[in-house]
Amino acid sequence: MPTNLKDHLFDVVIIGGGPAGLSASVYTSRARLDTLLIEGASLVSQASLTDKIENYPGFPEGIGGLSLLEKLKAQSDYFGTKHIDDDVIGICHKTINQKNIFQVKTESSSFNCRSVIVASGAKFKELGIPGEERFCGKGVSYCATCDAAFFKEKNVFVIGGGDAALEEALFLTRFAANISIVHRRPTLRAAKILQERVFNNPKIKVLLNSVILEINGQSNVESIKIKDVATNKESDLACDGVFIFIGYKPNSGFLKDLVSLDESGYILTDESMKTNIEGIFACGDCRKKLLRQIVTACGDGAVAAFSVVAYIEAAKTH
Amino acid sequence: MDSDSLEIEVKEANFKTEVLDSKIPCLVDFWAEWCAPCKMLAPTLKTIAKEYSGKLKVCKINVDHSPGLASKYGIMSIPALFIFKEAKIQDSIVGAISKNQIASMLKPHIK
Repeated sequence: MPTNLKDHLFDVVIIGGGPAGLSASVYTSRARLDTLLIEGASLVSQASLTDKIENYPGFPEGIGGLSLLEKLKAQSDYFGTKHIDDDVIGICHKTINQKNIFQVKTESSSFNCRSVIVASGAKFKELGIPGEERFCGKGVSYCATCDAAFFKEKNVFVIGGGDAALEEALFLTRFAANISIVHRRPTLRAAKILQERVFNNPKIKVLLNSVILEINGQSNVESIKIKDVATNKESDLACDGVFIFIGYKPNSGFLKDLVSLDESGYILTDESMKTNIEGIFACGDCRKKLLRQIVTACGDGAVAAFSVVAYIEAAKTH
Repeated sequence: MDSDSLEIEVKEANFKTEVLDSKIPCLVDFWAEWCAPCKMLAPTLKTIAKEYSGKLKVCKINVDHSPGLASKYGIMSIPALFIFKEAKIQDSIVGAISKNQIASMLKPHIK
């Protein structure tokens, strides 16, 4: 990285290299704002973990999550956004000559800017049950596209009943011998088309009204204990892997004490993606909103960029 | 990998000479083309290789090219990082982690 980036005052720093941040950068760069996008070095976009995205408009045959992101990144580059890989640890807010200046601190550097777009996304939730942490990488996984290939002809459990859980279970059918989905409610939450595929797949079994209590084994996962919540009956079931997809938590820890968050840590914004701090905007999965999808993340990104452009123009003329 | 890279591509054939017989500690990364977190970790490892040049060897093992090594070391999640010193595993971690996390993991093993 050229050292002059550190002394530079960017118009906008965008935090996050997922669909929301990249879309915002396309818009800010086209508006000729001096844009830096900080892609997480250790936090990966949820979209990149998805094998095939079928509900993003314009791709009737679907598109790989990673390849959609690569295209978006190329588009962002093309219009002039600067990209770096680093983990953001905090934002400092200063007022110089009655103008807002932000310093975005990363693990290895810091960057000055007039405005910030937070598009830091969300991360998978852990179950918090015995054995989960101990067997992480030893049969417990949060990424089927990364790890399914290590479970050829094995028996695995998928925990969760939403889109991600069902998509990952379907992906696992390419490798594993048997897949059982464990969901705590009487019905699955995922899109109906995914449910149809799951129920029609002979490799997949669905255990409803069931919760996982613990994960057991010697050096690797060997069994799980589940409980039927209707009968309270507990049973130990042999398996080689447990894939956990029970929802997400926002990557907003670096913002606490600065920006208003809801009780789960999602960033509160208005319709124009403004947070409670003038000059800080938020978009995508890290924001409190109704629907977290790539298409809504991209939409948020465009709105956030539009608001930033208006904000910077006003700040520069006054 | 680019030709000027300081990272070493390791396969079954050169694993012993590069990793087990290495005079300096090795940071071994098990990865694959189709793994997004592995791709995220790649630039960090490149930086580590540069900064620890001469003190640490960064070795990359593609699990598709070396399934035997992946199975020998019980890989079930990638990216998986191992620190080898004097032919022994000193530490290991799974998932994309930050440069600082890697640095603190390396600290006790690097002179």
